[in-house]
Amino acid sequence: MTMRDDETRLDGNAAAGLLDEVFRFEMTTTRTVCAGCGTVAPVGALMRYGHEMGAILRCAGCDTAIIRVARTGDRYWLDLRGTVSLRIEDGAPAPGEPAG
Amino acid sequence: MGSGFLSRGFRGRPRDPEEAARLPPGQYLTRDFPVLSAGPTPRSATARWDFVVAGAAEPTRRWTWDEFRALPSETITVDIHCVTKWSKLDTVWEGVSVDTLLDGVETSAQHLVAHCDGGYTTNVPLADVTGGKAWVAFAYGGEPLDPEHGGPARLLVPHLYFWKSAKWVRGLELVDPDRPGFWESLGYHNYGDPWREQRYAGD
Ligand SMILES: [Zn+2]
Repeated sequence: MTMRDDETRLDGNAAAGLLDEVFRFEMTTTRTVCAGCGTVAPVGALMRYGHEMGAILRCAGCDTAIIRVARTGDRYWLDLRGTVSLRIEDGAPAPGEPAG
Repeated sequence: MGSGFLSRGFRGRPRDPEEAARLPPGQYLTRDFPVLSAGPTPRSATARWDFVVAGAAEPTRRWTWDEFRALPSETITVDIHCVTKWSKLDTVWEGVSVDTLLDGVETSAQHLVAHCDGGYTTNVPLADVTGGKAWVAFAYGGEPLDPEHGGPARLLVPHLYFWKSAKWVRGLELVDPDRPGFWESLGYHNYGDPWREQRYAGD
């Protein structure tokens, strides 16, 4: 039996494309606070479990699903129950804008 | 693993009309068995594995692995359909019918939530897992179920999209009212009938 590598674990930067479609600010440097264990981590450092159904960003410490995002046809679905807050850096370059 | 990444198997509508008739709308045939996981693959030792029927159930039931494997089981040959559009024909499983697991359990609930190692959940109407329509499968292709494919045991509900066939299943919770599971609460269809192409909420 052969398997595809859809379950390959990548870091949160790998979900940047989908998150950039939803958020109008830089997400990979945005800080999350794990609702499971309190770990503070930028989105880019979360563990991304992804496949064609959606992206699941999990805490590297306790596997809590911090962010779940899916695109179903022309809709996005976003579940942020796994993070206590999002700390967004003002002035971080928006996607597509040149830095500095 | 890995070498099959670019191999999507045979893709497209099959030429064989008998096979084509078994393919729901929008699906393509694959000879592979793609793996979709929403989290790390749990490695459950069967020594510590148990299976529970609980919630609005009287009485609640629990089996150890050995007790579960001592239940009557059957070989099931079914076509499976993933919402990501692959279908696979004539997959062969071995498992315990959900009818057997619910035998003697009284409930007024009409719905059920499957609970899994790793926290995954999926919901199905009780009527869709009874009457010989669903199993808790522990073997695939004559071999013990690989952890990547949900071993030691996974739910098998082949007439619904395959995310309902929850990997690493550990229990069934009878619930009223219905309670959307992991994907059902993130935009995917609550019921997921591949023949009506119920992929997303609202389809
Ligand atoms: Zn955590």
